[in-house]
Amino acid sequence: MADTSDHLDGNCLAGPLSEILALEPTTAWWRCPQCARSGPLAGLHVYGPEPGLTARCPGCAYIALRLVRQGEHVWLTVGGGTGAFRFRVTP
Amino acid sequence: MTSFSPGFRGRARPLADRLPPGQYPTEAFPVLSTGPTPHVPTAAWDLTVTTEHGETRRWTWDGMMELPQQDTVQDLHCVTRWSRFDTRWRGVPLDVFLEDLETAAEHVVVESHGGYTTNLPLADLLGGRAWIAHTYDGHPLAPEHGGPARLLVPHLYLWKSAKWVRALRLTTTNEPGFWESVGYHDYGDPWREQRTWGD
Ligand SMILES: [Zn+2]
Repeated sequence: MADTSDHLDGNCLAGPLSEILALEPTTAWWRCPQCARSGPLAGLHVYGPEPGLTARCPGCAYIALRLVRQGEHVWLTVGGGTGAFRFRVTP
Repeated sequence: MTSFSPGFRGRARPLADRLPPGQYPTEAFPVLSTGPTPHVPTAAWDLTVTTEHGETRRWTWDGMMELPQQDTVQDLHCVTRWSRFDTRWRGVPLDVFLEDLETAAEHVVVESHGGYTTNLPLADLLGGRAWIAHTYDGHPLAPEHGGPARLLVPHLYLWKSAKWVRALRLTTTNEPGFWESVGYHDYGDPWREQRTWGD
């Protein structure tokens, strides 16, 4: 692994996102604000998992979300900007 | 002109003394990515330094290569807990780029191709402790390791050593970067295990 062309698909977000979302996350629809492409979260290109997960548009690499798991906390940003939500999860 | 940085002093120390808490040594050079690898031709590469007043300095690739070069041997410490000893780099000390800058800024935001950013104190880029590195182990730095040129700040966790560096922006306030804004430490000293926000 570790080659930079390597990425996972959005299905790998199912576990970490389901810790903070009540609904099954991978079928959620997302529309890219940069290239207007749309599709399910499962189709995103995901880089990581360390030091965190970065999910990008498969068309233009715009950031859809970032997620970092640290102990009992999950940090989440939605979109390419900064300003993360920190959730406490029960291990 | 080439000089050798005092970083190689560290090699006389026993390896156990060179391993920060919570780290393990590796011979590998793992690649951690946050997106597709940028491929930046040196002909298109440049580096800008911008102060809080908007004063900008710019170097092309050729301009950078005409600056005083330095060889340095450094231990790298990644927040994902691997450490790699005695890595050999060649580059230009940041002191050269920041010399005589008219600034009251105490912070720097480092910006990279591909959108990555990281923040660190300006003081940590000075004093022969940081480089713009373009050569690794005698070869041009490969794109997956940040080539054609990356920041090298080996006394902080490796996420501060931004790959594919293109700009340094001096700021009067501390602006969290890519990882710092999602829970990683603003400073990132491996010897104090400053991994996450609360450390
Ligand atoms: Zn897009």
